[in-house]
Amino acid sequence: MTKIIYNTHDNKTHTIDVQNGLSVMEGAVQNDIPGIDADCGGGMACATCHVYVNEDWFHKLPQKDDGEEDMLDMAFEPKKNSRLSCQIIVSDELDGLVVNIPSKQS
Amino acid sequence: MNKTDALIIGAGPTGLFTAHQLKLIGLDCEIVDNLDKIGGQCIELYPDKPIYDIPAVPECTGEELTNNLINQIKPFDIKTHLGERVDEVKKEGEHWFVKTNLGKTFLTPNVIIAGGVGSFEPRKFSPKECEKFENKSIFYSVKDKTIFEGKTVSIFGGGDSALDWAVELSKSSIVNLIHRRDDFRGAQATVDKVHELAKSGKINLYTKYQLTNVHGGDNLESIEIKHDSKEIKTIKTDFALGFFGLIMQLGPIADWGLNIDKKTVTVDTEKFETNQKGIYAVGDICSYPGKLKLILSGFHEGALAARACFKLARPDEKYRFEFTTSSKTIKDRLGVKSD
Repeated sequence: MTKIIYNTHDNKTHTIDVQNGLSVMEGAVQNDIPGIDADCGGGMACATCHVYVNEDWFHKLPQKDDGEEDMLDMAFEPKKNSRLSCQIIVSDELDGLVVNIPSKQS
Repeated sequence: MNKTDALIIGAGPTGLFTAHQLKLIGLDCEIVDNLDKIGGQCIELYPDKPIYDIPAVPECTGEELTNNLINQIKPFDIKTHLGERVDEVKKEGEHWFVKTNLGKTFLTPNVIIAGGVGSFEPRKFSPKECEKFENKSIFYSVKDKTIFEGKTVSIFGGGDSALDWAVELSKSSIVNLIHRRDDFRGAQATVDKVHELAKSGKINLYTKYQLTNVHGGDNLESIEIKHDSKEIKTIKTDFALGFFGLIMQLGPIADWGLNIDKKTVTVDTEKFETNQKGIYAVGDICSYPGKLKLILSGFHEGALAARACFKLARPDEKYRFEFTTSSKTIKDRLGVKSD
């Protein structure tokens, strides 16, 4: 289990133990964290699991591939630290990862 | 008013196979879909992505799957109403009265919702002020390009739609193309063309910018765009076009008196019927204990919902289970020769 910290738009912090191997998106959906829609179910096809990764963590994550950057073009208010949470796979190295969930997904 | 035994909402794989099952057991049906083409998510989201878990099909793309399903229902004459969204479903006696956004009406004992995650709608600009200009000076698709002639048009997006329109409109309008990063994801030839037009001054290119605000009275007068470096530019423009792809919205389905849980419709697993008699939900949009969001589950759900429709469409007849391999009646419906 790895601790992932989800900050939701209502200024609440949810600290969740997520099983290694799941995505940050799955961790949110399975624990009813509001603000992650994940319409396509993790297929990198919809950009509705968009999160802003805490600056300290952004560069520690494995690089995004081209497809993810393309999908982020369609996300709601993308920023430099934007990621699709379905593409971040939880592992021991990510213990304490902080992601901020945008006000909406579309 | 169209009368039919069953109305299917959604022309994705589940909707198409459900239509097949209805016709096979002798019921007629019509299909309505908000998209302008058949295939649903398979066509809109991942036409080229291979799928590996369709039974007996080791590998196929979303487009191939759709084409195969279209072929499979070819023996039947099924009316499809594309580019129309079902807005209203209400009880009328023993039947359901259904109305689309274009005013088309249906009367049917059975409504089968095969709507995926809802209907596809264009993604919109984030500043709230954009709403008041929508369909006047802000658009998310182009229906009549002549309105842009001689005007300034600001196009947002980095995919083929944005690039194609930037190239096309640059022939007779002043075009600003604004995108959040330097890379474009459109076809390389179009990307090259855009850079060429930018070099010759036919397109004003603004990369690493995003829309932050819009100004104007009745019509749009100017927009504010913000660079990654936080610098803000104000640009005079008559129109703004946003091409950020489509998003799925549950939409009007939420207003039909159905039990909805987390954007899905609750059904039983015998008929895939909702809490309203004669309204069924199949495929990704339905939920029940153990639900798997797989295309193969949608096929199963559609087959069972189709049998349930028989009872309401033919109350005086008894449904007889038959195999396609041996039933002469089914072979006649398929237009194939019996042995």
